[in-house]
Amino acid sequence: MRAGQTRRLRRDIAAYVFLGPWLIGFLGFTLFPMAYSLWLGFTDYDFTQPDATSWIGLDNYQRMFAGVFGQSTFTASSGEPMRVDPYYLKSLTVTFNYVFVSVPLKLAFALAVAMLLNQKLRGVPFYRAVYYIPTLLGGSVAIAVLWRKLFEKDGLINGLLGFLGFTDLPSWITNPQYALWTLILLSVWQFGSSMIIFLAGLKQVPEEYYEAAAVDGANPLHKFFFITLPLLSPVILFNLVIQMISAFQVFTQAYIIGGGSGGVLNSILFYTLHLYIQGWTYHEMGYASAMAWVLLLIIGALTAIVFKSSDLWVSYGTGE
Amino acid sequence: MKTGTLVRHTLTHLFIVALGLIMIYPVLWMIVSSFKPNNLIFSDPGLIPKTVTLDNYVSGWKGYAGTSFGTFFINSLVICVASVIGNLIACAMAAYAFARLQFTGRNFWFAVMLVTLMLPAHVTIVPRYVIFNSVDWVGTALPIIVPKFLATDAFFVFLLVQFIRSLPKELDEAAIIDGCGTWGVFFRIIVPLAMPALVTTALFTFLWTWDDFFNPLLYLTRPEIFTVSRALRTFVGDAGAVSNWGGALAMATLSMIPPFILFFALQKYFVQGITTTGIKG
Repeated sequence: MRAGQTRRLRRDIAAYVFLGPWLIGFLGFTLFPMAYSLWLGFTDYDFTQPDATSWIGLDNYQRMFAGVFGQSTFTASSGEPMRVDPYYLKSLTVTFNYVFVSVPLKLAFALAVAMLLNQKLRGVPFYRAVYYIPTLLGGSVAIAVLWRKLFEKDGLINGLLGFLGFTDLPSWITNPQYALWTLILLSVWQFGSSMIIFLAGLKQVPEEYYEAAAVDGANPLHKFFFITLPLLSPVILFNLVIQMISAFQVFTQAYIIGGGSGGVLNSILFYTLHLYIQGWTYHEMGYASAMAWVLLLIIGALTAIVFKSSDLWVSYGTGE
Repeated sequence: MKTGTLVRHTLTHLFIVALGLIMIYPVLWMIVSSFKPNNLIFSDPGLIPKTVTLDNYVSGWKGYAGTSFGTFFINSLVICVASVIGNLIACAMAAYAFARLQFTGRNFWFAVMLVTLMLPAHVTIVPRYVIFNSVDWVGTALPIIVPKFLATDAFFVFLLVQFIRSLPKELDEAAIIDGCGTWGVFFRIIVPLAMPALVTTALFTFLWTWDDFFNPLLYLTRPEIFTVSRALRTFVGDAGAVSNWGGALAMATLSMIPPFILFFALQKYFVQGITTTGIKG
């Protein structure tokens, strides 16, 4: 009995030595910061004067959402009137527009290219590599700088369009109507990871299904909607969740293309960019923490909705 | 029949090549333009420069605030290599524990690790900054490197767990019979056999750290310790205006060389990494 306990203890100690670095990292750099940021969200913390921190209740959350009811001020916990953050809802709108447009477009494009490459052709590994290049480089500052150059008034895109006979072309980056679209395009351009995952999924679809369908007189559209899409639905769900979560967190491209601000008329004021400006430019770290928690809740809720809805459109197994 | 297939295949190839060219055209244009004189970069969509010059590389290399891109490249390399070492050690150890060792609380911690996979980084950035600021680490590379030695990139722990689980358990058991302890099994069996997954981990750690902009923006506050990605931002003014486009494109081109080399040298590890964890792109 004793010996068993000692052996068990020894076994646990050995295992926790291996787990140690991860465990310390989780407690020190994930769990504690999360709890800390939850607390900061109810304060007016400023890291340049941490001693002046006071508990301000739900003020930070009211600053975000009181604007929904058209107010420009609200009564803070101190009893004083406080200004609503005039750009918060804008940043939320920009981010939602970006996510809901760029993610479906990116997945559709990735699937189309994956199907194009899923043929018995020579050189597919090489083509796959070439199509992955935008994804390899796309998240970098280098590409964001390039993107500015492409979509400026005298940039490459207008040069090409001018060559085709278009005149009176706008500066896509500084025009609030189009600025977000240049970022959506940049996101769709990085379709490589989704494409590779779709390709792996397409390889799992048994050839016999298509042959049997062909015998029954199915055309390519039938095959796509009744064989490919249903069998690929778990992969689509996987890609959708991954891309959605990362789209909510886009920062570098918006920061560089907007030159550190939200662009003209805040047209590309992404949520994370606004959070950064509040926290580090204005030292409003309590407010930035509250914003981060709202982002966490939004992403969590949307992910839960996607998973819940998957009962309706994802088919596991082949339904024989 | 046969010629029909041939024609169809040729057309498909042509279409794939044409689409591929459109996809990488901006990158090609950037490389070519970095060799054009500054005043000819504007609205010249051609891929063949009329005059070739290295001026942009000379002017761009000068860098920012008296620090050259030579320093920025060395800084990036040092941070990337340290991050790779940290991730390899810490993630492999954690993955080995999760995949092979029996211990109290294993299922609980494994579930916790899976949850952190989904967690957006932004919910921890403010407190992490406050912590690093209070120990005077802001202005050094430690806030970027130290978390890597504590396996905070759960993606790689997950990737390695999946891989180690697929290895035959009989090898561990044979090693234990031959007198190996947990460390012996780890170093003699698991590490050598998990090499493909470890290469994938090293590869993506390097690329992500190389491309990372947010952490350098927060923590690398002096030009002498800027990474390449942080330094590239200095070409773009605060209003978004760029004065030295030639230099910006030249240095942007140089910054892409390491990812390119790694990608083409280690392509199969890329595909493996992406398909097992759905690495973001």
